[in-house]
Amino acid sequence: MEITLRSVLTILHGMGFGALFLLAFSGAFFELVRTWQGITTPSSERPVRIYLLVMVVLSWLTVLSGAYIIYPWYRAIAPPGTADLSAYPQLFLKSHPNTIGWHSFGMEWKEHVAWIAPISITMVTAVYFHYGHQLRNHHALRRAILIFVAIAFFAAAVAGFSGAMINKYAPVQGGHIFHLLHGA
Amino acid sequence: MHESSPNELDRTLPNGFGAAAIFAAGIGCFSLGVFTVAGDASKSFARHLIFYTPTGPLSGVTTCAIAIWLLTWVLLSLRWRSRDVPLRQVLTIAFVLLGVSLLLTFPPIIDLF
Repeated sequence: MEITLRSVLTILHGMGFGALFLLAFSGAFFELVRTWQGITTPSSERPVRIYLLVMVVLSWLTVLSGAYIIYPWYRAIAPPGTADLSAYPQLFLKSHPNTIGWHSFGMEWKEHVAWIAPISITMVTAVYFHYGHQLRNHHALRRAILIFVAIAFFAAAVAGFSGAMINKYAPVQGGHIFHLLHGA
Repeated sequence: MHESSPNELDRTLPNGFGAAAIFAAGIGCFSLGVFTVAGDASKSFARHLIFYTPTGPLSGVTTCAIAIWLLTWVLLSLRWRSRDVPLRQVLTIAFVLLGVSLLLTFPPIIDLF
């Protein structure tokens, strides 16, 4: 049993940073609503701030690792005459009518819409840091940042789903091979 | 640990900081959509957006959008942070920009240009 370096980094991008970011949304919704109901005190805001800050870091790690580590491998150009396109995911997807949509729709959507998530969650976190429990005095502001949290979740979910499906049909592979288990 | 006094708890900060952050996020997302469409529609413009060759035009699309977002945020924060602004108009524009950005990053819409 073996795994390649590119597979490890793709897993880190998608299941490490991305999936953790998606999982964190339910907690963020819960804590933001709880804060605005007046249940929390100024001293209990600290864990929420740390939680949101971790979400910000995860969101940026996800898009930056995706764009600057995984995506170059995905869009690599095959040398002329290459018959086996399995090491060139974008070309592999485009080579068959049943899979071309995962590039022309899935990847095209994912690679752009994903960036709305870190922009939104960074803004939400900054607003929470500034106002804290006082957000309960700003009805319009808190409603607006909840909508941005929802849009960030949507953007991240689109990117996560597309990424998972694309990697299912045309996995990013290559690089150093790690042998995990030797065959029986 | 610092405990806030009741007066501190009741004090209401101006809405300007929040309005600036939300409006700038709307501008940033909208910029992302505009650069996405422009890069897709024009090959020559797309070449100018290649800031990092292995990533291609996506590197320029996102870097430009983030730069515009952060610059807008800083400038608006400097102007608005210590005062109240007409939040209804600001939020309406921000959500329109956010909605348009979602459309402009949707492939069937991108292909219309």
